[in-house]
Amino acid sequence: MNIYLQTLNRDLRIALRNPSSVLNPLLFFIISVSLFPLAISPEAATLSQIAAGVIWVASMLAVLLSLNALFHHDHENGVLEQMVSSHHSLPLLILAKITAHWLLTGIPIILLSPLLGTFLFLDGEGVKVLMITLLLATPSLSLIGSIGASLIVGIKNSGMLLSLLILPLYIPILIFASSAVSQAQFGLAIDGQLYFLAMFLLLSLMSAPFVSAIALKISLE
Amino acid sequence: MSALIVNNLECQRGYNQLFSNLSFQVNSGEVLRITGANGSGKTSLLKILAGVNALEQGEINWNQYSVKTDEYQQEIFYLGHQAALSGELSSLENLEYLSTLNKTAEQQQLVQALVKVGLKGYEDEYCANLSAGQKRRVILAGLFVSKAKIWLLDEPFTALDPAGVKIVESRIEQHCNHGGLCLFTTHQDSALANQRILAL
Repeated sequence: MNIYLQTLNRDLRIALRNPSSVLNPLLFFIISVSLFPLAISPEAATLSQIAAGVIWVASMLAVLLSLNALFHHDHENGVLEQMVSSHHSLPLLILAKITAHWLLTGIPIILLSPLLGTFLFLDGEGVKVLMITLLLATPSLSLIGSIGASLIVGIKNSGMLLSLLILPLYIPILIFASSAVSQAQFGLAIDGQLYFLAMFLLLSLMSAPFVSAIALKISLE
Repeated sequence: MSALIVNNLECQRGYNQLFSNLSFQVNSGEVLRITGANGSGKTSLLKILAGVNALEQGEINWNQYSVKTDEYQQEIFYLGHQAALSGELSSLENLEYLSTLNKTAEQQQLVQALVKVGLKGYEDEYCANLSAGQKRRVILAGLFVSKAKIWLLDEPFTALDPAGVKIVESRIEQHCNHGGLCLFTTHQDSALANQRILAL
């Protein structure tokens, strides 16, 4: 457990000393959401209808944008080799890196979402459900993303490849999360969607660190 | 007496067979210097021994523990081509993290280790600001706190000045006198006592 905290601490420290890597995806998130009212229509009725989808798509793309860097630097400077040859469990080390990634992208997105939701005339109930879905699903985005990021370690200019690998796995989350928000706006029950997102989170939490560890070992050869 | 025993090792990279039927034994207290032309498989051999690359064929054992078991991996200190340092962290923070990944002595000795490799006053310097030789020294400071028995050093002397080479060599000798063993690759001559040579 100690090594988990040490790795988490190290990753957070590196990120905070190099803030542009953290801020870039967040700025992308804010800018892309705030462009929609300009491009489509400033009317409250239109915007509140598309708000959930817009915020969800933008946060998904922002996470995708930040995933490239998850293992990239540690691979380039050789720390990844040290992690693999260490006697500590590699899935645990990877889980620590994923946690750091979520703290640096998922949490800020969740905290920004009420503000952006209000921009897009999302009502109180909608904002609440939006935050719940983000809280349930952004960890899954980081976890699943780590599988893709570990597969493309060592491949140059692999941004496109990462999107192709990961986006299909993100689609179910997108569908259920945005439908939860729009149903809540009409006062309908959303238990089913939330259960699905929770199930997805548990599944990815149980499998992604292990799959990423195997993928990393293959990529390092 | 413990020994690292390698049996019938084979390594293939792409279409090239780098080596096959490679068998050797290194006893504790011994130094094995691996020599060979560029591309002869020195780095690949060390990576396989370190458990970074997969073992395609053959056996590697240390006291009945085979490679990639926890008992084997915790006896490994592996130094690769790259510095394994993050530029955003200070030399002390880097050393701290790398030593938690490996089996090491008390953390208080880290500052002393940096002093021993001649980096006094550089503890809080970001590694991005260090020269290539200084970065190498930060990594090699790990040798002074390592409790691992098997040292696998890939070109430990690159970018080091003669004084640095001497510090590292004397540390390797000390390690071997205390029952450790060391495998290293180099293109330079080395004055280490008690060394054998394996030509790939």
